Amino acid sequence: MRKEEAAMSAATGKPILYSKWFSSCSHRVRIALNLKGVDFEYRATNPMTDPDYEKINPVKFVPALVDGDFVVSDSFAIILYMEDKYPQCPLLPRDLKKKALNLQIASIVCSSIQPLQSHAVIGSYLGTMDTNESLQMVQHYIDKGFRAIETLLEGCDSKYATGDEVQMADVFLAPQIHAGVTRFQIDMSKYPILARLQDAYNEHPAFQAALPANQPDAPPSQ
Amino acid sequence: MKLNPMKFVPALVDGDAVIGDSYAIALYLEDKYPQRPLLPQDLKKKALNIQIASIVCSGIQPLHNLTLVRFIEQKVGTGESIPWVQQQIDRGFTAVENMIKGCAGKFAMGDEVQLADVFLAPQIFAAVTRYQTDMSNYPTLARLHGQYMTHPAFEAALPDRQPDAPSSG
Repeated sequence: MRKEEAAMSAATGKPILYSKWFSSCSHRVRIALNLKGVDFEYRATNPMTDPDYEKINPVKFVPALVDGDFVVSDSFAIILYMEDKYPQCPLLPRDLKKKALNLQIASIVCSSIQPLQSHAVIGSYLGTMDTNESLQMVQHYIDKGFRAIETLLEGCDSKYATGDEVQMADVFLAPQIHAGVTRFQIDMSKYPILARLQDAYNEHPAFQAALPANQPDAPPSQ
Repeated sequence: MKLNPMKFVPALVDGDAVIGDSYAIALYLEDKYPQRPLLPQDLKKKALNIQIASIVCSGIQPLHNLTLVRFIEQKVGTGESIPWVQQQIDRGFTAVENMIKGCAGKFAMGDEVQLADVFLAPQIFAAVTRYQTDMSNYPTLARLHGQYMTHPAFEAALPDRQPDAPSSG
């Protein structure tokens, strides 16, 4: 990691978040930081064009969190780290079954939907897949994941996914739903529980502040 | 489908709890059975374990599951999936190798098995046995593979030791 990052984070006591405005993985971490009221510094980066970023995060994805002399990358790892470091507004319930449900939903998003979506987009970008095929692939994986989550949440009558407080499942769902709607033409009427949750997220200040269009590196037209 | 709406294995049924997804199951087991903890107390080491597990289960494994491989074979061309999968494995293994090189312990994070090992062992096994991965590019992971293949808990979990494994021959 670059020494400047560690020095800056250590000096100010503020963690630094490396993020891209439209990255849904970064979006998750922004929501979690906002919910926990953590004062952080936002640093925009593009791993595809920033040659030094590999030193901060060897997988070259965003997000990465620099906390003092420590770098943690991967949204799942960052959020679980934050759960321990910033216990206010806990995102995981004590009840083991509810905790497992939150982790399962988070995992469906970050293993079974987002990576496939991201690769289809890259495929289209690199010309190995045409735009229409890329979109169909993304929609297929989002649909599969969303239908599974609808089933897991069947009968949910709480304000948020697993209760009346925001929890980890919500932190992962909100960015995925947002990306689905704004980038991949997902028809949310097929997923009534998720559609209702999306309305609740859109009203919540921590979620609003984390939206891609509200980030410092978002283009002005957003 | 009733046990796991993603229609994936694994799923764990524990009394009236049904949990799908290996990550959720592993973390459930950590809480439910605190003997032999797989995650250290130290926050940095814990985060490193989770990052490695995430690289495997978000960055490598979903990109070589059978459905996707068939899709690539169909859309891009027969035989095209192998170089693509090898590229994904290489990317993930290179990243993990960077994170754990210089690790002097017997396992990924030290002398005790931790969550990172639980996720690495099957991925390395698959890479070697199914995708012809040249482990000499990842010396630390290659050494770990050797360790896992002689650890009783890992040996008992190997695919060909399972009740539903086809009989050899």
